[in-house]
Amino acid sequence: MNSSVITFPGSNCDRDVDVALKKFGFRNKMVWHDDLELPKSDLVILPGGFSYGDYLRCGSMASKSKVMKSVLNFARGGGKVMGICNGFQILVEAGLLPGVLLRNKYLEFICKNVFVKVNNKDNSYFKNIKKDTLEFHIAHNEGNYFCSKEQIKEIDDNNQIALHYSDKNGNINEDHNPNGSMGNIAGIFNKEKNVLGMMPHPERMIDPALSGEDGSIFFENLINNLK
Amino acid sequence: MKISVIITLKKNVLDPQGKVIHRTLDDMGFENINEVRQGKYFEIDTKENDKKKAEEKVKEMCEKLLANLVIENYKIISTQ
Repeated sequence: MNSSVITFPGSNCDRDVDVALKKFGFRNKMVWHDDLELPKSDLVILPGGFSYGDYLRCGSMASKSKVMKSVLNFARGGGKVMGICNGFQILVEAGLLPGVLLRNKYLEFICKNVFVKVNNKDNSYFKNIKKDTLEFHIAHNEGNYFCSKEQIKEIDDNNQIALHYSDKNGNINEDHNPNGSMGNIAGIFNKEKNVLGMMPHPERMIDPALSGEDGSIFFENLINNLK
Repeated sequence: MKISVIITLKKNVLDPQGKVIHRTLDDMGFENINEVRQGKYFEIDTKENDKKKAEEKVKEMCEKLLANLVIENYKIISTQ
């Protein structure tokens, strides 16, 4: 399986994602934002960080960078594109995913482990995943998912919610909503389910000595699903 | 021509920064404030000399980059 990780000026999780992908068997290539073409890929990841210093709105500048034209074409042709954290913000700014990520409700930068409950397994990202509730790490200032009433209805109707913030048993409630996200949304798909955006970082949970293994579960399952 | 644009959050969008500014103004003794909403202001100096054309271009800039229409509105407030 071939993967590509895009590095924007200010990305800082690109190498972590590279390590995670390689650990689980992807042949990964790093792609610079100024490149026009994507290498042949089964999966493209937009990593976390602070692309363009979060100027204007998080992800807005990166969403217009040269390589994004190829990423848009790849996604529109059914290619798997996943955005983590700032990558999620870039995907909504690029129009590949609905809605927007606002400033966290209590204006705090949040950096902690959270639990997320998988909402939809009928897709390449979560099919056959062996745990329904995963412990991931979040680190963001703008993770408060928001969209219009019409959009949320459409998202619900199309089963586009990928992950909800929850407690460790998978109960979804306001007490376990770290950032004020509408309906505890932590990750969403596009209609076709080939594009996924999520605020939590699975790549930070791939080593039991350092953090945890739920990211390993995610990436191992992902490569098996893509084979 | 110089075109000034303001970008404001739509009514139903939460503005936690505006809320904090409101609270601070209250604490400073500024009374009778109903609400504070924070927005953005841009001055775009363009080589285009035709007012209509320049404003059309700025509208396009707003829709494609400067504003996110899911949460924000834009308004050209002056063209000189």
